[in-house]
Amino acid sequence: MVEWTEFERTTIQDIFSKMNYDVVGQQSLARCLIVYPWTQRYFGNFGNLYNAAAIMGNPMVAAHGKVVLHGLDRAVKNMDNIKATYAELSVLHSEKLHVDPDNFRLLGDCLTVVVAAQLGAAFTPEVQAAFQKFLAVVISSLRRQYQ
Amino acid sequence: MSLTAKDKDVVKAFWGKISSKADAIGQEALGRMLVVYPQTKIYFAHWPDYSLGSAQVNKHGKTVMRAITDAVGKMDDLIGGLSSLSDLHATTLRVDPGNFKILSHNILVTLAVHFPADFTAEVHVAVDKFLAALSAALADKYR
Repeated sequence: MVEWTEFERTTIQDIFSKMNYDVVGQQSLARCLIVYPWTQRYFGNFGNLYNAAAIMGNPMVAAHGKVVLHGLDRAVKNMDNIKATYAELSVLHSEKLHVDPDNFRLLGDCLTVVVAAQLGAAFTPEVQAAFQKFLAVVISSLRRQYQ
Repeated sequence: MSLTAKDKDVVKAFWGKISSKADAIGQEALGRMLVVYPQTKIYFAHWPDYSLGSAQVNKHGKTVMRAITDAVGKMDDLIGGLSSLSDLHATTLRVDPGNFKILSHNILVTLAVHFPADFTAEVHVAVDKFLAALSAALADKYR
């Protein structure tokens, strides 16, 4: 089981409680599709992903970014049991969506950059470490069913 | 994943914007890396203080960032331009090249923290590509 320090718990709860999921979801997913264009392979039916402006303005990207963030929220609310919380999502991503699990880290990195931009100096190295540890646990749980 | 003419223009323009803060960015990126990826401390086992703001982190962060800024001017031939630095990293320092990606990530995070409006997705992809090309050039002499 993952051990969280008080600082890590508080930091994660604090970041997500203040977050606008709609904005951060849209920004993170759009950034992922722009910075790592091969991730567009999973969104063939999303219409115009032709360039950065199109991706940023695409309503399906925005809607899906929100879905992803709300999925992340489940881990925030169950920090002591992320593995079990994500069992179904793991199966979904591996069996149905066939997402290369390396892509989880790419989206995680984009989310980190978006949150860093939002928090500015408040995103200290220690806060970054806690946030990235949380994402690493989430990603590891999502990867579980791929074995 | 080679740098297009547009990538190079975007990187040069952005680097122009950040130039006054470049040293601080390098220092903070290095400091972040040592906290968020503690395994990287092994390369600095002789330092008395790894914390952000320490004399060692400040000096070395500045050194690294100046070399990166220098590489911005060498984007047309990174492998040639970074040849001696590659020798250094390969034969003397023997830094596992996986760590270049780690430091790059922390540079991106630091840029996002200090330039949230300017570090758009388009700048992000160009800078990420540049740092990846730089890392590959740095690893060129490894074997």
